[in-house]
Amino acid sequence: MACYTANWDPLGEEAFYRKFELYSMAWNLKEDLRDCLVAAAPYGGPIALLKNNLRKEKSPGSRPLLEIYSASGVPLASVLWKSGQVVQLGWTASEDLLCIQEDGTVLIYNLFCEFKRHFSMGNEVLQNHVREAKVFHTEYGTGVAILTGAHRFSLTTNIDNLKLRRMPEVPGLQKLPSCWAVLSQDRVTIILLAVGQDLYLLDNTSCSVVTPPGISPHAGAYVQMAVSFNYCHLALFTDTGSIWMGTSSLKEKLGEFSCDFRAPPRQMVWCTRPRSKQRAVVVAWDRRLLVAGNSKECIQFVLDEDSYLVPELDGVRIFSRTTHEFLHEIPEASEEIFKIASMAPGALLLEAQREYEKESQKADEYLREIKDQNLLSEAARQCIEAAGYEHEPETQKSLLRAASFGKCFLDKFSPESFVRTCRDLRVLNAIRDYQIGIPLTFAQYKQLTIEVLLDRLVLRRLYPLAIKICEYLRLSEFQGVSRILAHWACYKVQQKDKSDEEVAHAVNQKLGDTPGISYSEIAARAYDCGRTELAIKLLEYEPRSGEQVPLLLKMKKSQLALNKAIESGDTDLVYTVVLHLKNELNRGTFFMTLQKQPVALSLYRQFCKHQELETLKDLYNQDDDHQELGNFHVHSSYSSEKRIEGRVAALQNAVDEYYKAKNEFAAKATEDQIKLLRMQRRLQDDLDKPYVDYSLHDTVYGLILDGNHKRAEQLYREFRIPDKRFWWLKIGALAEREDWEEMEKFSKSKKSPIGYLPFVEICMKHHNRHEAKKYAARVTPEQRVKAHILVGELDQAADAAIEHKNENEMNLVLSKCTAATDSSVGEKINRAKAQILKK
Amino acid sequence: MAFAGRRDAPDGRTSACSSGWPETSSSTCWSRLPGKKDLFIEADLMSPLDRIANVSILKQHEVDKLYKVENKPIVSTSDQLCFLVRPRITNMKYVADIVNADKATGRSRKYKIIFSPQKFYTCELVLEEEGIYGDVTCDEWAFYLLPLDDDLLSMELPEFFRDYFLEGDQRWISTVARALQLLNSLFGPFTHTYGIGRCAKMVYEVWRELVEESEGDSQARRPEISHVFLMDRDVDYVTALCSQVVYEGLVDDTFRIKCGSVDFGPDVTSSDRSFKVLLNAQDKVFSEIRNEHFSNVFGFLSQKARNLQTQYDRRRGMDIKQMKNFVSQELKGLKQEHRLLSLHIGACESIMKKKTKQDFQELLKTEHSLLEGFDIRESTSYIEEHIDRQVSPSESLRLMCLLSVTENGLIPKDYRSLKTQYLQSYGPEHLLTFHNLKRIGLLTEQAPGETLTAVESKVSKLVTDRAAGKLTDAFNSLARKSNFRGLSKKLGLIPRVDGEYNLKVPRDMAYVFSGAYVPLSCKIIEQVLERKGWLGLEEVVRLLNGNEFAPTEPVTEENPAWEVQRVILAVFLGGCTFSEISALRFLGKEKGYKFIFLTTAIASSARLMDAMLEAKV
Repeated sequence: MACYTANWDPLGEEAFYRKFELYSMAWNLKEDLRDCLVAAAPYGGPIALLKNNLRKEKSPGSRPLLEIYSASGVPLASVLWKSGQVVQLGWTASEDLLCIQEDGTVLIYNLFCEFKRHFSMGNEVLQNHVREAKVFHTEYGTGVAILTGAHRFSLTTNIDNLKLRRMPEVPGLQKLPSCWAVLSQDRVTIILLAVGQDLYLLDNTSCSVVTPPGISPHAGAYVQMAVSFNYCHLALFTDTGSIWMGTSSLKEKLGEFSCDFRAPPRQMVWCTRPRSKQRAVVVAWDRRLLVAGNSKECIQFVLDEDSYLVPELDGVRIFSRTTHEFLHEIPEASEEIFKIASMAPGALLLEAQREYEKESQKADEYLREIKDQNLLSEAARQCIEAAGYEHEPETQKSLLRAASFGKCFLDKFSPESFVRTCRDLRVLNAIRDYQIGIPLTFAQYKQLTIEVLLDRLVLRRLYPLAIKICEYLRLSEFQGVSRILAHWACYKVQQKDKSDEEVAHAVNQKLGDTPGISYSEIAARAYDCGRTELAIKLLEYEPRSGEQVPLLLKMKKSQLALNKAIESGDTDLVYTVVLHLKNELNRGTFFMTLQKQPVALSLYRQFCKHQELETLKDLYNQDDDHQELGNFHVHSSYSSEKRIEGRVAALQNAVDEYYKAKNEFAAKATEDQIKLLRMQRRLQDDLDKPYVDYSLHDTVYGLILDGNHKRAEQLYREFRIPDKRFWWLKIGALAEREDWEEMEKFSKSKKSPIGYLPFVEICMKHHNRHEAKKYAARVTPEQRVKAHILVGELDQAADAAIEHKNENEMNLVLSKCTAATDSSVGEKINRAKAQILKK
Repeated sequence: MAFAGRRDAPDGRTSACSSGWPETSSSTCWSRLPGKKDLFIEADLMSPLDRIANVSILKQHEVDKLYKVENKPIVSTSDQLCFLVRPRITNMKYVADIVNADKATGRSRKYKIIFSPQKFYTCELVLEEEGIYGDVTCDEWAFYLLPLDDDLLSMELPEFFRDYFLEGDQRWISTVARALQLLNSLFGPFTHTYGIGRCAKMVYEVWRELVEESEGDSQARRPEISHVFLMDRDVDYVTALCSQVVYEGLVDDTFRIKCGSVDFGPDVTSSDRSFKVLLNAQDKVFSEIRNEHFSNVFGFLSQKARNLQTQYDRRRGMDIKQMKNFVSQELKGLKQEHRLLSLHIGACESIMKKKTKQDFQELLKTEHSLLEGFDIRESTSYIEEHIDRQVSPSESLRLMCLLSVTENGLIPKDYRSLKTQYLQSYGPEHLLTFHNLKRIGLLTEQAPGETLTAVESKVSKLVTDRAAGKLTDAFNSLARKSNFRGLSKKLGLIPRVDGEYNLKVPRDMAYVFSGAYVPLSCKIIEQVLERKGWLGLEEVVRLLNGNEFAPTEPVTEENPAWEVQRVILAVFLGGCTFSEISALRFLGKEKGYKFIFLTTAIASSARLMDAMLEAKV
């Protein structure tokens, strides 16, 4: 461990920097990096190379080659470039590759060199060509800025929601600026450009000249500029070798450095980290790398080969043909622990643990020393934190071991940070493996979040690793495993070399009933790839019919969609399909389809009943459903037709249909109704009273009530009204009319088919006891008791009951007797009852 | 899920259901249209809304005026109109007419439609066809369950019956399933699910899917309700068609209970205004007589009156302190009881008056002979006289249906003549009513083979297709045979009477029909619960046209402590009557179960008939 700080280089008083190797690159590059267009995505992302891009060197017939590698140089994909001249490559936040062409077209490829889409940076570019371009990331997403041959800037802040902004002209700009950068301040994107010794700031509307504060008037012309990862800092390199460092708002100067090299550097980037002690820039020339901060000294490295710098959140990645390195400022915790002769609690704890392993009593001494200062928990915390910054698993382990050892002597130390760091490191070590090649640091990983990391693994089609990580971190199935499996399945269905059966089977085998999996989404993907049959097979696994139907409709599998909708029992879904079909098919086919699906048919009928009456009729006609057609006409005879003629016509139609339906009863009833309507019409005309719309019964009743006995008789005969009904109806009407004379005449016209008790009842209802008594006498013997009671002749009722020797009747009479007035009747009955009992 | 937020509903018996949740969801609906507004409510939704949101709550949400949705031009002057409606096409046209009228006069207002319980695709489509889709905003009032009482939950979907059983429209199936899932998540898990009927089966299947979807978030716990029994109304029409003689049923038949409350008119209150009375277990008087046979009620009430009097009389001879106690503690309760007592006595008198006038005894006698299958001729002529005298259109229809259902259809001669008589009495449009009744199987003709209409025979030709096969079932069930006689014999629905049936001390569920008939629906539930399945009821199931189901996995022996009081959720699809509820309450008391009822709506013979009626608008 003595050599641990061997690669540490101090910069000024406070900070140390170290550069260490992440990978030795697996690619076998023959070309120099300088001959290629290079783009490397931040957060340990992939590297894209476009070889042979420069036209002049290109031998005729050989096309440029676009290659994509992981950060460890493992080839992911390559493709021969067949489009136009590329000016710039860049990566989006979602790791898609942007290829910005001279003609302003931007082509988007995924990690695997598969073309996704393209967009244009505007027509104006066509003539003037894109001379330079930059890809940048802001809170709005990934943006692209271009500089045209006409020395004009255009930019878009979000390529997924393309809004081109043409920046104002820079007055007097005759040649390309020597350098420029995109800045994002307070959600506004602006461009900073340098022309000779002048700096211009371009915002949406204006162009202004700016001067960095505190810059020496003899600094010279700007040749290079760098903006930090978070847009906070700006560095300017002038042709006198002076580096100005300050805030990007140009309000504050942070430092200045003057170096011996005046040649314009190939690249200049910031190297900071959150809570940096020292803000430094890294400048690269062909064979030289220089780290400069606010200090007279600088750190220099010799570069053996062409190198490329990738600024990161907490450092700079440097890769060349053979190696991939990381340069960063040593974080505080690591510095505390590993600095030579450090007495920081973490350093002591690490030492204590080592001694303990050696079974030396020194362990106790160290431990005591920490404990005496009451810094043990601080020591454990430091070790845990420092472990996160290490790339070497061995160092991680020894630090964690020390933390764990220290924890043993603490009562209240939440294990959470320890456990979380262990877990996170396990994940980080897994993805840093050179096969995977994502060299994320702890800080980057925290910034990126696990969800995004999983997305990136999915993008790289590293499904098994992603699932393992989900399981290891115990992420909920819904956002973890299920999501990844779904992605896997969506990828699987695109594999054209496998048969539909194989794919469907494989997908189902793996996914099973995993919660949160939507087979319909996978099927939709299959359909997008033109595999309709596969989509249908996959939909079979979808348990929710509601999810199956829309896709089936989209695939024009209407029949199947209808079946599924009906099976689901969800009326809404059936309606959706039916009304979709209605628009899609011609009427004939539509009806034929419905014929085969009675549930759908009945639903559509219901819809038509309210919305399209004529269609309803057509439907019945097509079915030869004469019964329903008859009903339809009957319904319209009273709901939509107002005129008598119209109603009669509708009913006549109904009669015809009923006959066709062999429903003679309904036909006859309807014919009767036609007859009645006509008669009512005549009555209405003759008597000037409303009769239409009354039932037969009510019509006759009304006639009698008005004394039109003749006409009533006529209806009675015409419609063969049963005698019983006629008698009931007539005495009711007569009583209401209080035409007692007519009633008596009627009662004597022939023998009553309903007996005479109803006469008694109806008279009593109209409080005519006198008339009632007349009829009481004519009631049959069985009903006599009842009749007498009704008219209030209890005495006679009692006599009749006694005569019948009917105990029930006697009791009935008895129950009507009141002690005060009918005592004699009561006695009579009681006597009779006693007599019966005796016998 | 929509109910997730209501997990906090207090645990406990279903009385817990009555607190809180529907209210909150409805008020959020109103608040989503800020500012003053006029509210138009569909008549069907008035009572449920009234139960959970009184006028002051509506006023709080800036509802200015309340209107009923009816076919009339509106007079509102408000700039915002809110419609609370069922998702039906006619309602959409109503709204469309208003909006289009406003457009024609150049008036601009905001319109919001709140669908209860959910929005249907067709509604949106109609709005689109009417060209007002962009002018209105839509919302849903996910109102599924209205707790009418401690043990009675109603979905207040009276249209369920006609929609499903007559029109074959399955739109409410998923609604019921969702309600079931709500209860399952609150009081379940339901482990023992039994049922019979096609609709019951479909609800059960849709509900199972919902359970599977939401699985994972329900933790194992002790279920408060573990048994569920689902039943289609068409399994037993007979019971629903009989005159009710239990007090609560009789009140419903006479005054129509709406959403658990009844309007007692001036003839009951013996004053010049009517009273709205909430009928539930909170009403001390009512809770004691609701399940009693009517013949006992009067006696009970007079006894109660006497007790009350004695309690009042205790005042005499009290000293000041006792009097103070009495006034502060008991008097209010006594007054309340007094008020209720006089109302119920008034109701009884009114019922007696009405029932004796129409010769109620004779009506009951006819019904009983129909149930027993005696004196069919006599009963037929009784019905004929009933029609001829225009006693009541729905009563006559009910008797005809009862005759048909018990006799497995009318003989052709009667079928024709009764229908003719009916048309003469009540008008020709009832030709369509009869068509409805035939489709649903309530009024049919005894002529096997002839009953299939054109559609049905076509359908049966298409059984090859799976979905069509399902449908054939549907149509078969529409025109199903009732097999009442067979069932009655198998299940012993007509108790053998040795002497007088003692209605004061009932010995079985038959008491709800004066001891003449054990309600079929309740008997099935009793048998299945007793046998823990359908085993041994094969013949009954066949007569009921199948579609039965029971828990598939062998029921694991449960913790005996859970069995202490078995709570059974009885679900009636298409409505249940108060008589059935009383009968099952009785059964529960006898067997130590507790029944909780979930019904699409309260049913009664009159409501059933009304649903079938094709009347002039």
